[in-house]
Amino acid sequence: MSEPPVLETRGIVRDYVSGGGFGARRVVRALKGIDLKVERGKTLAVVGESGCGKSTLARIITMIDPPTGGTLLIEGREVDIARHGVSREMRRKVQIVFQNPYGSLNPRQKIGDVLSEPLKLNTDFSAGDRRDRAMAMLLKVGLRPEHFNRYPHMFSGGQRQRIAIARAVMVHPVLLVLDEPVSALDLSVQAQILNLLQDLQDEFSLTYVFISHDLSVVRHVADDVMVMNKGEAVEYRSRDDIFAAPEHPYTRTLFAATPIIDPARIRARVEAKATRAVAGQ
Amino acid sequence: MSATDDPDLLSASRPAGPAPVSPWLENWRYFAGNRGALIGLVVFLLTVLIAIFAPLIAPHDPAQQFRDALLAPPFWVEGAKPGFLLGTDALGRDILSRLIFGARYSLMIGLVVVTLALVTGIVVGLVAGYFGGWVDALIMRIMDIILAFPSLLLALVLVAIIGPGLFNAMLAIAVVLQPHFARLTRGAVMAEKNREYVMAARVAGAANLRLMFRTILPNCLGPLIVQATLSFSNAILEAAALGFLGMGAQPPTPEWGTMLAEAREFIQSAWWVVTMPGLAILITVLAINLIGDGLRDTLDPKLKRS
Repeated sequence: MSEPPVLETRGIVRDYVSGGGFGARRVVRALKGIDLKVERGKTLAVVGESGCGKSTLARIITMIDPPTGGTLLIEGREVDIARHGVSREMRRKVQIVFQNPYGSLNPRQKIGDVLSEPLKLNTDFSAGDRRDRAMAMLLKVGLRPEHFNRYPHMFSGGQRQRIAIARAVMVHPVLLVLDEPVSALDLSVQAQILNLLQDLQDEFSLTYVFISHDLSVVRHVADDVMVMNKGEAVEYRSRDDIFAAPEHPYTRTLFAATPIIDPARIRARVEAKATRAVAGQ
Repeated sequence: MSATDDPDLLSASRPAGPAPVSPWLENWRYFAGNRGALIGLVVFLLTVLIAIFAPLIAPHDPAQQFRDALLAPPFWVEGAKPGFLLGTDALGRDILSRLIFGARYSLMIGLVVVTLALVTGIVVGLVAGYFGGWVDALIMRIMDIILAFPSLLLALVLVAIIGPGLFNAMLAIAVVLQPHFARLTRGAVMAEKNREYVMAARVAGAANLRLMFRTILPNCLGPLIVQATLSFSNAILEAAALGFLGMGAQPPTPEWGTMLAEAREFIQSAWWVVTMPGLAILITVLAINLIGDGLRDTLDPKLKRS
């Protein structure tokens, strides 16, 4: 029998109830039945505009929030946090990296403690062991030993995101949910972080759910792509298929909205502007 | 190029400036730039030293009565008796010595009351803010009820119920001050608990208690420290008020408020008996309030000049 997929969801639904009390109760359906399946070592990219339910999906997959309906299977095992809660073991399997590297690190925790906390909570390693492993991971994500005893505010956004990634990988999860991990970073740092993620994926055979609105990034990392709109998956196919021939009208709109970065064109525009300015004087 | 094996690239992107200043040192520099706060700190430290070394500094025993020097005026007034710098009270006790020993009571009152109020307020506020829902509603309504009474009146009622005395007075004041801490903690916790680092800690496997006390609480301490400082002076003041009303420390305890009460009838004839304890309360409370204001400016990033 073949290995079950690392992540599978069947008809995931999530409602948010607003109002209540004195106002009228209103139910907002953020996810309208999401089915997806990711095999080990693969990357699924979830794209869509803001408010389409991407992050809600991320929180459900990470077992932070329970779904209102549907089933979530991690490595073929059903998880129902609404009724049974989450065991330590299941918690360990799925980790998350958040979008905002400035909010995702505890400002009062040294980097060394940030990295060893997951080990302290999930394993029986001694304090010395935890320290060694945290240090090894720190080096692996491209930071230096002297960073171990510093606080988050002493780091740049890209460095912080490296720390957040290191923290998520500390407990060797099978699935890593990346909630727009590079969209808060500038372009050159984005590439470094994406490369780091690729290296880690190869080394630990990690499975990624990569949430993004940036199609050029998605094209770079994804195996499969799921396009979401208003809580529904409008298109869900392999990357090459979807980029070659987007089928759904929404996907086409999304692709058309991506700005094209063409250095030659930008340079031409800047030069034209400069010439005009000189001529004007 | 792989990003992981090229740490030089990272270091190059950050200029090699001076070593980062530790947050404590930075805060201290900012605090020390505030002259009022610094003066307050010096006065407060002096008070602490006086309280600690009271038996060595005080010229007389605070309870000893000098029958030949009743109501002796302070040294700069005509008719002063040598050996009694700030004069004596109606029973011939040296006012300076009583004030020096009274500093011990005032500081102890402040410390005990603030500790009690802070600890219970933090726990109650954490629970309310973290769990929300009906727990929050129930706790905060009780706090609202306590806050609805004028604080001194409520303290007075509590002391009247459990009986007068210094310890009961401190208990009552702690109960009255505690809702301020609870509210402050609750607000800060509600702001922090949805931050991503809390979520990350939860995903890493942290349970509720750890999230509350290890992850969230340290990030809520700034405003609490300020409130604690300001409550310290409030506690001294209210204890003095209860003492003055006869519900706090009982004579012959040299507590400043109680001293004021005993001297009430001599306001016309021997002004120093009332003035000296009053001044002691004023100076101590003022010093602590100055520290509190300085701390608030230091710890609140919104008030900081960058």
